[in-house]
Amino acid sequence: MQIDWPSFTPMAALAGGVLIGAASALYLLLAGRIAGITGILAGPLAALAQRRPLALQRPQLLFLVGLLAAPLVWRLFAPLPEATLSAGTGVLVAAGLLVGVGTRLANGCTSGHGVCGLARLSPRSLANVLVFMGAGFATVYVVRHVMGA
Amino acid sequence: MDRTLKALAPLLAGLVFGIGLIAAGMTDPAKVQAFLDLAGAWDPSLALVMGGAIAVALVPFGWAKRQRRTLMGEPVQWPTARGIDARLLGGGALFGIGWGLAGLCPGPAIVALAAGLEGVWIFVLAMLAGLLLVDLVDARR
Repeated sequence: MQIDWPSFTPMAALAGGVLIGAASALYLLLAGRIAGITGILAGPLAALAQRRPLALQRPQLLFLVGLLAAPLVWRLFAPLPEATLSAGTGVLVAAGLLVGVGTRLANGCTSGHGVCGLARLSPRSLANVLVFMGAGFATVYVVRHVMGA
Repeated sequence: MDRTLKALAPLLAGLVFGIGLIAAGMTDPAKVQAFLDLAGAWDPSLALVMGGAIAVALVPFGWAKRQRRTLMGEPVQWPTARGIDARLLGGGALFGIGWGLAGLCPGPAIVALAAGLEGVWIFVLAMLAGLLLVDLVDARR
């Protein structure tokens, strides 16, 4: 293992993590809910698909508005950091489907299981995080070092 | 005041969450994949993002577990699923593969969409389709 020191941004990572943890705590303590983006997306989406009223999904919808507003608010103060998405269309479709199906089956992703689940010491979340981390490491290993993409 | 705060709390939580993702560099798929690339030039940043977030959330979550209601008097809605089953582990495996392929998970994908990252809308549409697909299959059983 070789650490890429110039790319490693420990202070920014910790500061961002602290904000994410604080936001999750705020959502739990004030709205009584788990800040899991999978559930926050799937709740309103299922309500739309089944033509149920969206009024019950208000906290989720407001959280989503906040998420979508974040880069716009950021841009008022500073330019957004560089971002590179290298996957092509076919890979993006496959990856999106896998992420959608996988997180819905497991009822959570990096936020719901990874942050909130681990913070509330849930054994289910720990099991899920270990599997998705392992699968993520294995996937990048195969793509970059076996297939050589 | 209480009612305003109650109405705005989820909005504020989403905004702070999104700002945190941007500050942490997690809205850059290349940086996420650099964390997942243990055998290449490894960028451990993501571990500190999760570590920092969990460290901050640990005490409020522990406190909330002993409460019936939130600070605003609402019932706390804890996940009710119990037990470690194939659905939990298989879902995690599928998610991890997709995460590795694109370098995107749901939160950063939504923020990157609003930031205008080129091509991310394809991922987001496919992800929403995937979420709905599971609901559809579940409803037919």
